[in-house]
Amino acid sequence: MIRFENLTLGYDRHPAVHHLDLSIPDGSLMAIVGPNGAGKSTLLKGITGELRPLGGSIALRGISAADIAYLPQAHGLDLDFPLSVFDLVATGLWRRTGAFGRLSGEDRERIREALDTVGLGAFVGRPIGALSGGQLQRVRFARLLLQQAKVMMLDEPFAAVDQRTSEDLMHIILDWHCEGRTVLAVLHDLEQVRRHFTTCLLVAREPIAYGDTSTVLTRANLARARRHAEEFDQHAPVCHVDELPRKTA
Amino acid sequence: MTLVGWLFDPFLDFDFMRRALAGCLALALGATPVGAFLLLRRMSLMGDAMSHAILPGAALGYLAFGLSLGAMTVGGLVAGVVVALAAGVVARSSVLKEDASLAAFYLLSLAAGVLIVSLRGSNLDLLHVLFGSVLALDDPSLLLIAGIATVTLFALAVMLRPLVLECVDPGFLRAVSPLSPVTHYGFLILVVLNLVAGFHALGTLMAVGIMILPAAAARLWTRSLGRLLASAVAQAFGGAVAGLLMSFYLDLPAGPAIVLMLGILYFAALLFAPNGLVSRLLPRRTHLEH
Repeated sequence: MIRFENLTLGYDRHPAVHHLDLSIPDGSLMAIVGPNGAGKSTLLKGITGELRPLGGSIALRGISAADIAYLPQAHGLDLDFPLSVFDLVATGLWRRTGAFGRLSGEDRERIREALDTVGLGAFVGRPIGALSGGQLQRVRFARLLLQQAKVMMLDEPFAAVDQRTSEDLMHIILDWHCEGRTVLAVLHDLEQVRRHFTTCLLVAREPIAYGDTSTVLTRANLARARRHAEEFDQHAPVCHVDELPRKTA
Repeated sequence: MTLVGWLFDPFLDFDFMRRALAGCLALALGATPVGAFLLLRRMSLMGDAMSHAILPGAALGYLAFGLSLGAMTVGGLVAGVVVALAAGVVARSSVLKEDASLAAFYLLSLAAGVLIVSLRGSNLDLLHVLFGSVLALDDPSLLLIAGIATVTLFALAVMLRPLVLECVDPGFLRAVSPLSPVTHYGFLILVVLNLVAGFHALGTLMAVGIMILPAAAARLWTRSLGRLLASAVAQAFGGAVAGLLMSFYLDLPAGPAIVLMLGILYFAALLFAPNGLVSRLLPRRTHLEH
């Protein structure tokens, strides 16, 4: 379970998202929705530990850092590096092989299977620089498949990919859900969220609504989220909102 | 004289040519793979700046102890490691881009180094420090260069996977492993070690040549890391042999001759490699169905 208690995350004392109080049970299939700048990516960075809370806390119960697989929004890959698709996907096995262990025949088989699953079986020996944007996203999903993590966190996984790629990758996400993994995905396509995701968090610098997708994505909530999004004041006063009595865990 | 004799006689007849050949082979095996990773990490300029950073350190060693292998090596190593760590810290923890500060640094180090050498030495010593003396490698120098090459090859073999991932996807490496800083600084130390090795043979100005030029040429010929490394080492050694022969027959300084030969290989790659200038001039007649 992932639990936020009065969580505030941000940069240089400016909160990107604040006063978040909620629990995400194991096995959740949850979409995180909100306008640009609402603090969605920041929230994921908080869970990975990349960003430390400005206030409140994040508790990971029964989940260690090694149990989290994270797909950042920007791929951050140096595509000019002479590396094959196979070798890139193989790094998904890092937790098993470590820096020095060798790949067994079974490992190689799993890498090929992962590439088949994302529909790129024929691309195993291609250099990563030769992939299109959608193919690269499929390759990144193949690597996620190999990570076998309890918690999968995806930051706008379908930005800049076509409909078919998006649908194919959505099937993989649903498979993860069936396997009992926790899936958190930042998404913009509300139709897709309504169709596939059972729970939803709507944020706009603070939580607007959390719960069943149908009760969260209402017209009124979405309008509220839009209003909250674009506030930024260099000299904002110190926030004193809902200083909750701290619960003892 | 037969071609074979022309190629082999200088090395068979003269001990100093054999030593130069052995030194160049060691540099090709050690420094060139390191240069390939410098290039792939887009740190070629950084290598250049660091080679100049070594100069004041080596010059201080020279000022204190004369042309002593040990003193100049230690001075160069210390100066190089200090600069490498400082540059690494700046690059990792500030918004400053590396290139601006490096360009300034490079000129200052060169000026300081030349000043320090000229405080005590002759122009001949200065030439030795700037351009090396590959034709006058004694046993300790040769052992040092070979030792550094051996350490480098072992280190690269051990850290290959984290190093590749640090180049391709540093964010992922940081997420899955605590080895990212070890890899980064370990690699910088390898760069300094090999610059010091190259410094004894080719001098501070030319040492970067045998690291970067063959790697840049090989990058143009191939899209696989293994082939890139093999091809870079082969080109480094081939260019060095050609440079030594040119220096022998035309009575030219060996260090610059070697670097020029490496430069010719690089230009050949620019012209003739796939997607090179020549292939762009040729009309393309066919493409595949899919």
